[in-house]
Amino acid sequence: MSAEAVSVKFQGLAALSDVNLTVLRGEVVGLIGPNGAGKTTLVNCLTGFQRPTTGRVIVAREDTAGWAPPRFRKAGVARTFQAGRLFRDMTVAENVEVTGVGLGLDRKTAHAQAMVMLDWLGIADKADRTAGTLAYTDERRVGIARALVIPPAFVLMDEPAAGMSDAEGEELISLVTSIPGKFGCGVLIIEHNMRVIMNVSTRLYVLDGGRILAGGTPAEVQANPAVISAYLGADI
Amino acid sequence: MISLIQNLIDALSLGSLYALVALGIGLLFGILRLINLAHGDFITVGAYALIVPSTEAVAQLAIGGFHPILLLPSIALIVVILALLTDALVFRPLRRAAQPSLMIASFAVSYIIQNGLILIYGARPKNLNLWPALTGQIALGELRLPTLQIVTIVTTLVLMIGLALFLKRTSYGVQMRAAAEDFRMARYLGVRGNLVIGMAFAISGVLAAVVSLLFLSQTGSLETGLGVPLALFGLVAVVIGGMGSLVGAVVGGFLVGAIVTLLQAYLPVEMRSFRDAFAFAFVIVILLWRPSGLIRAKAFDQRV
Repeated sequence: MSAEAVSVKFQGLAALSDVNLTVLRGEVVGLIGPNGAGKTTLVNCLTGFQRPTTGRVIVAREDTAGWAPPRFRKAGVARTFQAGRLFRDMTVAENVEVTGVGLGLDRKTAHAQAMVMLDWLGIADKADRTAGTLAYTDERRVGIARALVIPPAFVLMDEPAAGMSDAEGEELISLVTSIPGKFGCGVLIIEHNMRVIMNVSTRLYVLDGGRILAGGTPAEVQANPAVISAYLGADI
Repeated sequence: MISLIQNLIDALSLGSLYALVALGIGLLFGILRLINLAHGDFITVGAYALIVPSTEAVAQLAIGGFHPILLLPSIALIVVILALLTDALVFRPLRRAAQPSLMIASFAVSYIIQNGLILIYGARPKNLNLWPALTGQIALGELRLPTLQIVTIVTTLVLMIGLALFLKRTSYGVQMRAAAEDFRMARYLGVRGNLVIGMAFAISGVLAAVVSLLFLSQTGSLETGLGVPLALFGLVAVVIGGMGSLVGAVVGGFLVGAIVTLLQAYLPVEMRSFRDAFAFAFVIVILLWRPSGLIRAKAFDQRV
């Protein structure tokens, strides 16, 4: 999937300007940048939550302009949210089943698939709890399960480890790195922790002020003078 | 003691009707954020569909003469079609409209249906004695229970259990609940919006059809505005139960039924004509105590 010259303007203010980005199946792509750089806006564009003002979003060689929301997931684009956005009155298992039944599975199959996914994320024992009663970190895991059940072609994760302890974060990140191998999908991940993102990404993009400042392998990005001066600072 | 039990049965039976109306309104509100003021008119249409369309003063049974096994699905089908038509013609084009616009549109639908009925059936009320067998009583010792009230309560229980199972167990039910909590999110997980909304209108229509038959059996009188007060009380039930919660709608329905019945029974005779004023005053007290209703849907909590 790719963004081609995507720009987004909110009442005349440019949130994204002429952004080009590509994610291939099987790779983990990092997206970093300071607060307000437009990272979430870019993920919103790629998943259909936000229409680009100009430019195109391509999924599997098809232009997504005019796609209705369910079409994105059917085409294999899934995402997680910074704030879990779970269905809080429903159980954990039901939250994950929604994806399955939405894509046409019967209830029983959807439930079985959901349980496999919850088991993989280590929260199968909480399947019957109401989602609204979960701890913050478990909410994240349910969000990930909901995105990955019926494996999508691409999953976009908005700061999946934010608010977790170091140990929890590392556990989660190791899960994220195993996603391409296990599910065959491409991952785009927003993450603030530089050490983490450098370790997990095969490639990464640096976004600043709504523009792509640099892109490439972690080593290339770390060596890029523009990135060092504008974002990473002199410390690195 | 006997009169207390009889008052309780009255309260349960009236509460059942209000609960069914509240469920019909609450279901659509949950998914569409639509306060459907035309729900009462769906009920009215269900009642008028029983008779031959004509402006004659005397009602002649058409579908109303069918065997109940045929009559129930026929009336349900007619009201469901009306509900789906309303969605297709009015609310679907307004999908992105603001909530107040939707409500005003439903108000317009309500008037159009009422005037349409006047055009076809005339404005005069008509007597209609549907199912005279239900007007009898079941004697339990000294207690005399009107058959119709028992039928009303049992029907409501069956429908509520059926709806709960549908929402809990079926794949459509899961999608509807997801859509009711976060419509946008549900769609991005693959849930088809129009399917879920159509289901909500259809179920709302079935509930309206059942209410129209039960209510008509009680009053025996057809008039073009017969559903309006039901919708009003149903809406009040949804609000005090907690907008967005179906359990709240049911609780609210029974509570409103109880308030109205008990006021009717225990208010001094000379004050009974002001019964509804007292009932609504009570509702205001409940809302002052719990402004967001008795049962709060988590989906409506402020997110931090």
